[in-house]
Amino acid sequence: MTKTEEKTFINKNNLSISSKGSKKVKSPIEDRIYYTVIYTLLIFILLIVLYPLVYIVSASFSSPEAVTSGKVVLFPVSPSLAGYKAVFKYKDVFIGYRNTFFYTIVGTAVNVAMTLMTAYPLSRKTLPGKGFFTFLFTFTMLFSGGMIPNYMLMKQLHLLNTPWVMIIPGAIGVTNLIITRTFMQSNIPQDLLEAAQIDGCSDFKYFFSVVLPLSQANIAVITLYYAVGHWNSYFNAFLFLSNKRLFPLQLFLRDILLLSQIDSNSVANQDTLVAVHGLADLLKYSLIVVATVPILCLYPFVQRYFVKGVMIGSLKG
Amino acid sequence: MAGLQLAFKKYNVRLGIWGSPFIGFRNFIKFFNSYQFVRVVGNTLKISIYSLIAGFPIPIIFALILNSVRAERFKKTMQTVTYMPHFISVVVLVGIVVQIINPRVGLLSTVYSALNNGRYPPDLLANPGVFPHLYVWSGIWQTFGWNSIIYTAALASVSLDLHEAAQIDGASRFQRMIHVDLPAIMPTAIIMLIMRCGHIMSVGFEKVFLMQNDLNLSTSELISTYVYKVGLSSSGSMDFSYSTAIGLFNSIINLILIIIVNSISKRVSETSLW
Repeated sequence: MTKTEEKTFINKNNLSISSKGSKKVKSPIEDRIYYTVIYTLLIFILLIVLYPLVYIVSASFSSPEAVTSGKVVLFPVSPSLAGYKAVFKYKDVFIGYRNTFFYTIVGTAVNVAMTLMTAYPLSRKTLPGKGFFTFLFTFTMLFSGGMIPNYMLMKQLHLLNTPWVMIIPGAIGVTNLIITRTFMQSNIPQDLLEAAQIDGCSDFKYFFSVVLPLSQANIAVITLYYAVGHWNSYFNAFLFLSNKRLFPLQLFLRDILLLSQIDSNSVANQDTLVAVHGLADLLKYSLIVVATVPILCLYPFVQRYFVKGVMIGSLKG
Repeated sequence: MAGLQLAFKKYNVRLGIWGSPFIGFRNFIKFFNSYQFVRVVGNTLKISIYSLIAGFPIPIIFALILNSVRAERFKKTMQTVTYMPHFISVVVLVGIVVQIINPRVGLLSTVYSALNNGRYPPDLLANPGVFPHLYVWSGIWQTFGWNSIIYTAALASVSLDLHEAAQIDGASRFQRMIHVDLPAIMPTAIIMLIMRCGHIMSVGFEKVFLMQNDLNLSTSELISTYVYKVGLSSSGSMDFSYSTAIGLFNSIINLILIIIVNSISKRVSETSLW
């Protein structure tokens, strides 16, 4: 949210507060009913959104018996860290974590670099064939070959079962490309380019020392979008990878959470295997927490850019 | 995209994509005539339209009422909390749903058995009738906050003068919401609606696939999952060209929908995708 928008928000609130305070315009009974209703409604919504999350976290900190017998309602019952201990003894989770971190960091770096490099020329008015290139990009957004031709393509490029299949095919997200291009067009004044050119600034220098610093807000937003995408994606991995050592965390999650498959080979010894099976339900709750928390850590840093990013993307795209 | 020609061929591994014999539209005809056609297309449309009707107005209503909240901190908290589920992955979301409705250890079973003398509830995921509701409402839970951002942003630009004028005319807050705020976000809402309509034939594969099991297949088999099953799944027939044809059919319908919807949008709101 930009500062001016925030000000409007505050002003609007002041307006209603001041009108309530003044003697001429009393807050009518209708308004009081209205506010009661919406506050009740909002608190109800808040509970609906929060409750499942709180429940999962509470369950993950409870003892295995409490979870299996369904005693957890709101707060952890007989708190223990058994679930988390089991998660970290589970070898697949480590492999998954390592791979997901790799895909997320490298993938996002490639994404952001490629997107900026493509968006900048497209934002310049003088690019020859601009309409044609924009069309090419947007066309892939609307129409794709489909699952099988994609699969065959990956096969012929020899990307199947390599880490690169997680990074290269989606190197540019067209939506993010359009967001970035529009941002550069509307937020970086044309005069700046002319001034820089008169001072003898090369295109590269202009890009690195003017365009990039001015696009910070936009870079923050697309980085978040790409990172979340990489962190949460399972489907490409599911289609294109068959080597377990390359699996991202989400694929292991799918096995454990949804198919309830616990791989006996990846548990260190027989004792822990028995323990893990006893903990199966608890393990799932702990896993959900472990798999979600890292990406939520990004959230506070970019939160203030949300409104801006979404605005640019959807209205002018 | 050259692989699309597969749709018109009878794929043969030995001959490759280019060498396989051309069979025209036979794959498409096979799909239209198959007993799966009505079911798969029907399910796709049902789920898609259901989630459009249920899911579209909620972010708008949410943004409208949130906008009239005066306590700044409460508003911020609401926003932070409701945006959060957006960052949860599909796998984890479905995992949460499965855990909560788990008939043995989940939250649902705790409540159900408390009400029904300790009996276990039925397994909802195995019930085809419940599948669309589970799918749609878990989606709404995850995305309504995030989708409301755009309306919140549009509401922030509503001119204060309008509110002031309405207040002087004696409009209550509710009336101001209906007559000032709502018209202000109507253009945005219409654009969003049009864009949603363009995607009616495409329901995200990932979530359906995770929620699907053999028992709820009669309502959960969609075009995209069917394409996967026919083409790539090891339990399927690995019929590449048939599967490609179905995928192509879906893509073309989507493309046509988007073009139609875009031209409507151009006329109605002077906003278009290209």
